Amino acid sequence: MEAVHGHDHAHDHDHHHPTGVTRWLTTTNHKDIGTMYLWFSFAMFISGGLLALGIRAELFQPGLQLWRPEFFNQLTTMHGLMMVFGAIMPAFVGFANWQIPLMIGASDMAFARMNNFSFWLLPPAALLLMASFLVPGGATGAGWTLYAPLSVQQGMGMDLAIFAIHIMGASSIMGSINIITTILNMRAPGMTLMKMPLFVWTWLITAYLLIAVMPVLAGAVTMLLTDRHFGTNFFNAAGGGDPVLYQHVFWFFGHPEVYIMILPAFGIVSQIIPAFARKPLFGYSSMVYATASIAILSFIVWAHHMFVTGMPAAGQLFFMYATMLIAVPTGVKVFNWVATMWKGSMTFETPMLFSVGFLFVFTMGGFTGLILAVTPVDIQLQDTYYVVAHFHYVLVAGSLFALFAGTYFWLPKWTGNMYSETLGKLHFWCSMIFFNITFFVMHFLGLAGMPRRIPDYSQQFADFNMIASIGAFGFGLSQLIFLAAVVKCIRGGEKAPANPWEGADTLEWTHLPSPAPYHSFETPPVVK
Amino acid sequence: MKKLSLVALASATALCSGVAVASRLGLQDPETPIARQIYSLHSLILWICVVIFVAVFGMMFYAILKHRKSVGHKAAQFHESTTVEIIWTIIPFVILMGMAYPATKTVIDMKDTSNPDLTIKATGYQWKWGYEYVKGEGSLSGVSDGIALLSSLATPMDQIYDPKVQKSENYLLEVDTEMVVPINKKIRILTTANDVIHAFWVPAFGVKQDAIPGFIRDTWFKVEKPGIYRGQCAELCGKEHGFMPIVVRAVEEDEFKAWAEKRKAATPAAAEAAPAVQVAAVDAAATAPAAAAGPVDGKKTYDGLCAACHGMGIAGAPKVGDKAAWSTRIAQGPATLAKHAIEGIRAMPAKGGNPALSDAEVTAAVEHMVGLSK
Repeated sequence: MEAVHGHDHAHDHDHHHPTGVTRWLTTTNHKDIGTMYLWFSFAMFISGGLLALGIRAELFQPGLQLWRPEFFNQLTTMHGLMMVFGAIMPAFVGFANWQIPLMIGASDMAFARMNNFSFWLLPPAALLLMASFLVPGGATGAGWTLYAPLSVQQGMGMDLAIFAIHIMGASSIMGSINIITTILNMRAPGMTLMKMPLFVWTWLITAYLLIAVMPVLAGAVTMLLTDRHFGTNFFNAAGGGDPVLYQHVFWFFGHPEVYIMILPAFGIVSQIIPAFARKPLFGYSSMVYATASIAILSFIVWAHHMFVTGMPAAGQLFFMYATMLIAVPTGVKVFNWVATMWKGSMTFETPMLFSVGFLFVFTMGGFTGLILAVTPVDIQLQDTYYVVAHFHYVLVAGSLFALFAGTYFWLPKWTGNMYSETLGKLHFWCSMIFFNITFFVMHFLGLAGMPRRIPDYSQQFADFNMIASIGAFGFGLSQLIFLAAVVKCIRGGEKAPANPWEGADTLEWTHLPSPAPYHSFETPPVVK
Repeated sequence: MKKLSLVALASATALCSGVAVASRLGLQDPETPIARQIYSLHSLILWICVVIFVAVFGMMFYAILKHRKSVGHKAAQFHESTTVEIIWTIIPFVILMGMAYPATKTVIDMKDTSNPDLTIKATGYQWKWGYEYVKGEGSLSGVSDGIALLSSLATPMDQIYDPKVQKSENYLLEVDTEMVVPINKKIRILTTANDVIHAFWVPAFGVKQDAIPGFIRDTWFKVEKPGIYRGQCAELCGKEHGFMPIVVRAVEEDEFKAWAEKRKAATPAAAEAAPAVQVAAVDAAATAPAAAAGPVDGKKTYDGLCAACHGMGIAGAPKVGDKAAWSTRIAQGPATLAKHAIEGIRAMPAKGGNPALSDAEVTAAVEHMVGLSK
């Protein structure tokens, strides 16, 4: 804190710890806030996961056994919204809160009170989403993309979802402003931009993406709101509007959003692989440039989500070429990670297992992404289970596995205790196997012609759906191992040394004890 | 990992092989020139990806086996090579250009909807399809001019809801009225929708096109073999999105002409039998008088639309015949009931989701339901 406001430093020291609920409600400490973000996102992950199991239970067999079709649509919609806005995004912000100050040698985040506010906006948003199941007509069933005019037709649950998105968007924007300001102004002396750990770099770029696109989403859903209630016709053709306009605006947010959810994952993996290969990251600067290229390209590919809306050939070709181009920087990243592992001296503790798993399975999602980039193939596969398989490969095996890797990697620094390697490895292998059982078969379903978002299907799809449902329940249960591993680690265990990982060399390992003290880097370290 | 999951997959498949039809691993058999192009594009790119995947992860797994601390491997400290970075930027770029070239040709072919032999307008409704054989240029010398069909799911409700009832062979992919087209003719499909966005999709034709309310989009296909081809709506369109299949019957040209003659001969009757929905669809001016002239039949509207919810009491809809549920509603008076049905209430969309109905038709349907529920 000294660097920020030295004069009330002594005061801080004496009274910094209100206890009980007040501590968490009023805290301005980046570690407390990071912890709250992470627990919040875990709670949402479990809630969204339960909805997913509801989906898979219905799809276990042909016929409608459990839910009415409209409730099934609510399940798919809310699963998507909760996982994207409630689980994955806040989890990465939690990592940013904990790790960015520690990794750049700052005492805290730049705007500590705003940090508190941006977290505490999230629980009300989550309550709005959950409460929407209870209002007349139920939650929105328009799909997480909320396409007009279907979303204009929905009941009151849709309005609650719109407000929840507004609130979460505001939270994300504040979080991003905080992250950018912290990174640009509060680095330790000597830490130039090109010396920053890659996790910090990826978050810097992600934060800019968030600031650029969250207002666009807010605009899209606000137009929906006024179309629904105030007689505007943005998306109503009968009133001179255009339903496809919604999709353009939504995906101008939606595609950068995809990278918002994966770039910090790249950052985490780029910290872990060198640490466990005991060898510096290969091609640091090209990794930075590749990240920036992906971010820039993400703004000119949005309409590849809309090839079947019917756009001119020139439009389809432009978006196809631009999308294929993303494979180049993404490929560079994968090659650099493999080159980092090459001729290293590797060990495979849980964080490394999840990182290697990430690399292997995420890349499959990257390849199906390339296949989908090709317009004619995309037209055949759009809105099928192939797409469901593709984005779960990049979001679950990509973002989520990286989050698990990061959690195991930094738990010793956060709690001061080592986690149980046995539980961690069990969690990894169960997740990996059940993930593939669930989602690999979905490629076949999509290729054979099963549309997504349907509550019932023709009998030719029965076998693979049954397999996917079995895998889904296995994957869901595997996450309880994660909970057990984390709780066990928090409650005790072998004491962690300041740096339990031989190859880790960022500031939190080299300059701080484990657990990291409540106030760290009150005097900034000097980076050579 | 892949291997493990495949093993699991194979054993699980073996377990439930009693269930039904053989499962497919790839795209459906292509039946049009476009679908064939898509099929070979997919195969080409898939195999390129597989080769790169095996090469890259072959390297990685080699490193995992050999370059590990437990086998005593000492870490090298190299961490940079501009040459290597340039190489692995350029090579993928070249491979991508190799993929983009054939893809571009296919895109241009798919977009070429000019000079059709026959034009059919497909209109998406919540939740069925309407097909109109369009007059004028590209109408196969007028043989099918003005034919209008309405095509909805033919699978009975009890097959969906009752696990004890045997499911039919084409469960959920069967309709009451098929679209009929001649083989070896260029068929242009115009798509539009009446309420929300739907998508017209027949996988074997390589055709998928959103049907957008207020706008017309188009696509085309040319089938080569007579047969029955099945697809589904591919854009989430509300509660019965999974229950609006598309069935196209492709026949020899002679047979098509005979079908069209018969269909047209039956037209006066057909126009009356077809629900007003289809009439109001897009060419309102041309066909609306016919609808207006017909008597308002509440039962027909109920059977065609309202029964979907009110027949079974779905989404909180009062079930027809459930006197307890209806008594409080009937007490509100017929004017209020009709107003609610016309403007929508709670989960019920305005006019039951079909804005093409007139107020009189909705009111008649409400009266019909009240009559059955007193």
